[in-house]
Amino acid sequence: MVFPLPVGCSFCKKDASKNKRQEAKLRYDGHSRASELSIEMNAKPASQDEVTIEFQDVEYHVRSSGRDAILSQIKLKILRGETLVLLGRSGSGKTTLLKLINRLLLATSGNVYVNGRSVAESDPIQLRRGIGYVIQDGGLFPHYSVTENVALVPRLESWEESRVSQRVEEMMRLVGLAPNEFSKRKPHELSGGQRQRVGVARALAADPPILLMDEPFGALDPVTRAELQREFADLSRRLGKTIVFVTHDLREALRLGTRIVLLCKGHIVADAKAEEFLRVEHPEVKAFAASFGVATEASA
Amino acid sequence: MSTWEFFAGHRGEILEATGVHLFLVFVAMAIAILIGVPLGMLMVKRRVLRSGALGVASVLQTIPSLALFGFLIPLPFLGGIGTRTAVIALVLYALLPILRNTVVGMTNLDPAVLEAAEAMGMTESQILWNVRLPLGLSVILAGIRTATVITIGVATIAAAIGAGGLGTFIFRGVAMVSDAVILAGAIPAALLALAADAMLGWIERKLRVV
Repeated sequence: MVFPLPVGCSFCKKDASKNKRQEAKLRYDGHSRASELSIEMNAKPASQDEVTIEFQDVEYHVRSSGRDAILSQIKLKILRGETLVLLGRSGSGKTTLLKLINRLLLATSGNVYVNGRSVAESDPIQLRRGIGYVIQDGGLFPHYSVTENVALVPRLESWEESRVSQRVEEMMRLVGLAPNEFSKRKPHELSGGQRQRVGVARALAADPPILLMDEPFGALDPVTRAELQREFADLSRRLGKTIVFVTHDLREALRLGTRIVLLCKGHIVADAKAEEFLRVEHPEVKAFAASFGVATEASA
Repeated sequence: MSTWEFFAGHRGEILEATGVHLFLVFVAMAIAILIGVPLGMLMVKRRVLRSGALGVASVLQTIPSLALFGFLIPLPFLGGIGTRTAVIALVLYALLPILRNTVVGMTNLDPAVLEAAEAMGMTESQILWNVRLPLGLSVILAGIRTATVITIGVATIAAAIGAGGLGTFIFRGVAMVSDAVILAGAIPAALLALAADAMLGWIERKLRVV
């Protein structure tokens, strides 16, 4: 996912991508019929040094408990267009780290920056509307149809209805759900895999530059899971979004991530490109590799 | 005199008392809902108000109904003999189930749904009106149903303070030591309660989100 660009070229690349984004917006306004294309147009080439999310010495504790901090000494820069996987056992703090980004939680000390602005000083509502969020149980509104679920953020942002319905249809196709078959269904009339697809469509609907995913495929059966992982890997490459993906599954991390950050008891213990991750010398990396039997696979 | 003969002979009177009874219940329930549901909604995010209001409503519920009617009579403005006092007492009784179910229905929701709502950038009030209220509606309605059944029963006692209704027959029957007269009040009251329960139960099922 990281395209090494010559430094001198990165500016013109950026400008080009801006123009494309504007073009894409015009298309949503209905000036063009080529809506299928607009998703592709929206893809931004990842420039290597543009930091989208930054953690500066972040600590997080639950105030009442005298226990250890849930997160400590977190220093992390997440670059634009990366798919960064936060890997760790349960209780390692990976979900907490994720929630600090869209301010579902506030850091006890230190700063979190999104697009250069401190999260603590941003309006949480505006911040969150620019960040897609997908969770394990889907969190779809059970009283809303598929269409209404996907249309949620565009409607909150008061898009015109014609633009909303066009976008919803587009998003449903993007995640592989036929609009005429699924748009009127309620979440309970969908399978687990279909619900997660709707969850992804909802998160992407308002075209946020950042996407946070908390074990989105964790509750699915292995076959559906592999299917969605494959499709999502492909999708994330095309969309060019900055994606932060939480999982405890090393296979999933290797399959989807461009970079893997390993958390252990609230500390970052490894941070490497996906293809170099298994070579990191740390006992926790070894433990993960051993438990999933990936070490043998990788060396084969 | 058999029960059946009494019913046949006093048809008009019984029907009229049923009408008065329904009126008392209807007015009291309307007021209780108008107070209980909005107050419950206010309590969703306010812990102190919640425990305070639920506490007061619970205490009111424990006062024996006849005693509550008695307490209200000497109060200025609220009290006195008649319909107004009866309605006030009925409202106080209906309040607890409505209030409690409104709070429970709107807070006891799938945490994933609430987290998603927050993460999508919905404001507190958007979450309250567009997520909590529709998802809690069937539980709120269950509270209204319980309150209605209670109110139909308690309203028979309103006759003791001169508000009329089906209780008139029950008190008269007790005084006359006549089962037939007691049943002329009790049977219609029981049927009203059953009918209200069935009807509201049906609506509740319609509103339930799977």
